[in-house]
Amino acid sequence: MAIQNLLLRMADDALIIGHRNSEWTGLGPILEEDIAFSSIAQDKIGHSLALFTMLQEFTGLTPEQAAFSRNAQDYTCCQLVEYPIGGYDFSLMRHFLFDTAELLRYQLLRDSSFEPLAKLAKKVVGEIKYHVFHANTWVVQLSAQGTEESHSIMQQALNTCYPLALGIFEPSKVEQELVDANIFLGEKHLQNLWQDSIKETLQKAGLILPSLTDETVGYGGRYGYHTEYLQPLLDEMTEVYRLDPTAEW
Amino acid sequence: MPIITSLDPRITRLGIPEHFDTPPSAKEELDQFQTYEIFCREKTGAHHVHVGSVHAPSPEIALSFAKEQYGRRGKVLNMWVVKTADVYVMDEQDADMFETAGEKGYRDVVDYARVRDRIDAFKQKQQTILE
Repeated sequence: MAIQNLLLRMADDALIIGHRNSEWTGLGPILEEDIAFSSIAQDKIGHSLALFTMLQEFTGLTPEQAAFSRNAQDYTCCQLVEYPIGGYDFSLMRHFLFDTAELLRYQLLRDSSFEPLAKLAKKVVGEIKYHVFHANTWVVQLSAQGTEESHSIMQQALNTCYPLALGIFEPSKVEQELVDANIFLGEKHLQNLWQDSIKETLQKAGLILPSLTDETVGYGGRYGYHTEYLQPLLDEMTEVYRLDPTAEW
Repeated sequence: MPIITSLDPRITRLGIPEHFDTPPSAKEELDQFQTYEIFCREKTGAHHVHVGSVHAPSPEIALSFAKEQYGRRGKVLNMWVVKTADVYVMDEQDADMFETAGEKGYRDVVDYARVRDRIDAFKQKQQTILE
């Protein structure tokens, strides 16, 4: 079902990026940033909970079962969110590229014909607006207001993350169905909005988009093809759940 | 030279040597973030109230920190971010400027409020005389 496909992609993206970014908790570059980044990660887990709850009607799985008991190939997150946190430059750049897309996606979904999703979108758009504000200020600060060194590190991070970020928009089999049913305007439409939006911030930051020969290097995740990094993440994330899947919390 | 290592990677990153013969050189001035004072407005029409401060390299980043540190629990409608250096602070020694304030009861509204009671009492008395 088209709607199920869309909800699962979004839920898995939010769950995995939330888990990844929470790995910075306690290790952030400075205390205040640690708090802000952790809180943003926690918001993502909240979004995934809301989406998995919505999915329960279709799959019969509780949010816990959906999040913790599937095999890696059943996850439909994009590969971008799976990569290890790397240095703060990588995590920040991924946060910037991913959350800009999230904000635009949820803004579009406010008008979705699927009402539960439209309602959720209206509720969380403000939260994600803050995530983007946080990402934009850091990207500009470290690139345009930093040193030559910090600028070149951020440019390098952009070169690494940008091709992977295009995987966010890997088209699914149900694109046309979603468009026809007025549920969602589709990944291609979203990608165009995203290109314009990131360009604005990158210009302020003085960063240049790398030119690509292959725009599909970050593809695969939406069809269950993942990087070698997803399985270890799942092993760690589900460690406690697997001790006793029936335990009540 | 061995450096101090800690479970907190922020300590390790500083590269502080375990032993040094001469004291470490002074840090360069202004190589640290500035502090910003944060003010929150909780409802429409209310004043912005000082809630605390944050360290940040720019007012925008100060706002993004403050939103999480001071705005993630209760309801907040608006925030002000002010460079701490821009706050003109009075000298603690000058607290005696306020010393006689308590004795000036005639400046309190309380005293004027009693006028109403006196007028009422007067009217009551007039009424009694007329009757």
